[in-house]
Amino acid sequence: MSALAATSSGAILPNRRGWLGALSDRFWRQPKLFVFLLVLPALLWLGIVYVGSLFALLLQSFFSIDEFSGLINYEFTLKTYAELLKPQNLDVILRTVIMAGAVTVASALIAFPIAYMAARYARGKWKALFYLGIMLPLWASYLVKVYAWKLILAKEGILNWVFEQLHLTWLLDGWLSLPVIGGNSLSISYTGTFLVFLYVWMPYMILPIQAAIERVPTNLLDASSDLGATPMQTFWKVIFPLALPGIVAGSIFTFSLTLGDYIIPQIIGTSAFFIGQAVYAHQGTAGNIPLAAAFTVVPIVIMGLYLWMAKRMGAFDAL
Amino acid sequence: MTSAVSLNTVSRHFGAVRALDEVDLEVGEGEFFAMLGPSGSGKTTCLRLIAGFEQPTLGQIRIFGEAVEGVPPYRRNVNTVFQDYALFPHMNVRENVEFSLMLKKVDRATRAREAEAALELVKLGGYGERRPGQLSGGQRQRVALARAIVNKPKVLLLDEPLGALDLKLREQMQEELKALQKTLGITFIFVTHDQGEALSMADRVAVFNFGKLVQVGTPEDIYTRPNSRFVADFVGSSNVLAPEFVETIAGERRWASLRPEAIHLVRGTGGHTPLSGTVVSRSYLGATTRLGIDLNGTLLHAVVPSGADVPADGDRVTIGFAREALHLMEEAE
Repeated sequence: MSALAATSSGAILPNRRGWLGALSDRFWRQPKLFVFLLVLPALLWLGIVYVGSLFALLLQSFFSIDEFSGLINYEFTLKTYAELLKPQNLDVILRTVIMAGAVTVASALIAFPIAYMAARYARGKWKALFYLGIMLPLWASYLVKVYAWKLILAKEGILNWVFEQLHLTWLLDGWLSLPVIGGNSLSISYTGTFLVFLYVWMPYMILPIQAAIERVPTNLLDASSDLGATPMQTFWKVIFPLALPGIVAGSIFTFSLTLGDYIIPQIIGTSAFFIGQAVYAHQGTAGNIPLAAAFTVVPIVIMGLYLWMAKRMGAFDAL
Repeated sequence: MTSAVSLNTVSRHFGAVRALDEVDLEVGEGEFFAMLGPSGSGKTTCLRLIAGFEQPTLGQIRIFGEAVEGVPPYRRNVNTVFQDYALFPHMNVRENVEFSLMLKKVDRATRAREAEAALELVKLGGYGERRPGQLSGGQRQRVALARAIVNKPKVLLLDEPLGALDLKLREQMQEELKALQKTLGITFIFVTHDQGEALSMADRVAVFNFGKLVQVGTPEDIYTRPNSRFVADFVGSSNVLAPEFVETIAGERRWASLRPEAIHLVRGTGGHTPLSGTVVSRSYLGATTRLGIDLNGTLLHAVVPSGADVPADGDRVTIGFAREALHLMEEAE
């Protein structure tokens, strides 16, 4: 009788298989434990390595450097931040922010139609081709791309040659004779820096916009048209607001990547510093870690403000 | 009766697929018209052609006498209630309903007033500031309806609008839709795969199958006088009787339909007439019970009032029905 009971209960509730089985049972009963274990490594990494070092960096920016001895004075002060406001430093910040803004706006303008085409019309192998086209530049070394652009933009480069063949050299010369954005050749002008930034960060703008547009159900477009909206009105009233989170996501990439980059402006463009170069110079040869740290805080604050503004303007309402 | 929408040998092909095949159709002004059919039968394609989302491959569509070839949806005085509502997620309920008025540049105050009136009509007054995401399925359905009628269209197209609602809500909405159509007096064209819905709501029903229009008529026509095996079977799951069987009982070699509820049972007959057989299944439906009866290899369904005298599985029964309940169809083979 008891033997029978044991076998029949075994048939309904088979024994767990070893300690792995016991573990599965435990996870099944306490799903939160499982989630906790899953995020633990990431949590440790983010919490200690990432946030920790960020905090250490922030801390550094509140120290100052003794101008005579060059030693760091470990006392709390806002002196370093005051130094950021000196004309030569403010200049660096403004130059970087304007460049980042211009790159962001231009890449959004160029990326949107590409992303729209890919999301709405590309199917099958065309879609694969699109992804390949967007991702392919990301597979090549960043440095190689930047140096390649230096060759393209140089006075003896292919771009000059093309303009010459098209008898448009006057146009290029006219552009280069403009104050600020012009220069001796494209490769040593802000225009050159801008073009390379634009090229290098473009995928980061296209992909989020494409994802956002793809998430817009086609029947919303039908509904809009049905209610009397011309294609233009449908674009501005339906597609654009729903793609906006994607544009904002993309602009976070392009904006912050431009703010922090120190290689492109070093290779292509004028000798004037961008924030990244300033950080590089101050923490390196100059040994002014506090000022370098303070410079680093600038993009963080700007990005914070940017996100806050985007949220207030309702960019994330459709999420 | 002026015709609100007319289709003249309209076809829509998608590659080799004929989603709609030479359909002729007239929908009268102020009519509640249902388009019924299984999925893939072409009824939704037909609706999308009238709305203007698709262009016919062949044939002509007229709305109130005007040919609409090449006229985009935004220039047609026709509005649609979509199957999954298609509410704009980035707008609140009022903005959704106001959308068409905003496009027409109606001033803000009038817009708000008319939107509220439309919302009142669908019993959602005061819901204007909510987001579509905060509403239940039934409420979203009403918002979609308000958004489509605020514009006072000449024709309202409804694409399976009640498909996603639960039974209770669906029945309630069916009545409300009917009442709304009476109040507004506009033409409703209603797509559904639910024959009960089509029969109970519509003035006339069009039955589609494989892209073809099979039969058009009043619900009574369709139900009692189906013109084909398909209609008989699809609308009200009638018994479709094969020509050989019909010949033995009615003397004519034609396909015929016999409504399950038209059958009554004569018990205790032991004789082997063509109309006696064995009960093989029994499902209790509440007020009625549905029986499966095997008449020497022909399976028939009968719906009889529930009660103590309903035969059990395996019982021998003989069936009876009025001669006029047996509807002979044109198909002989």
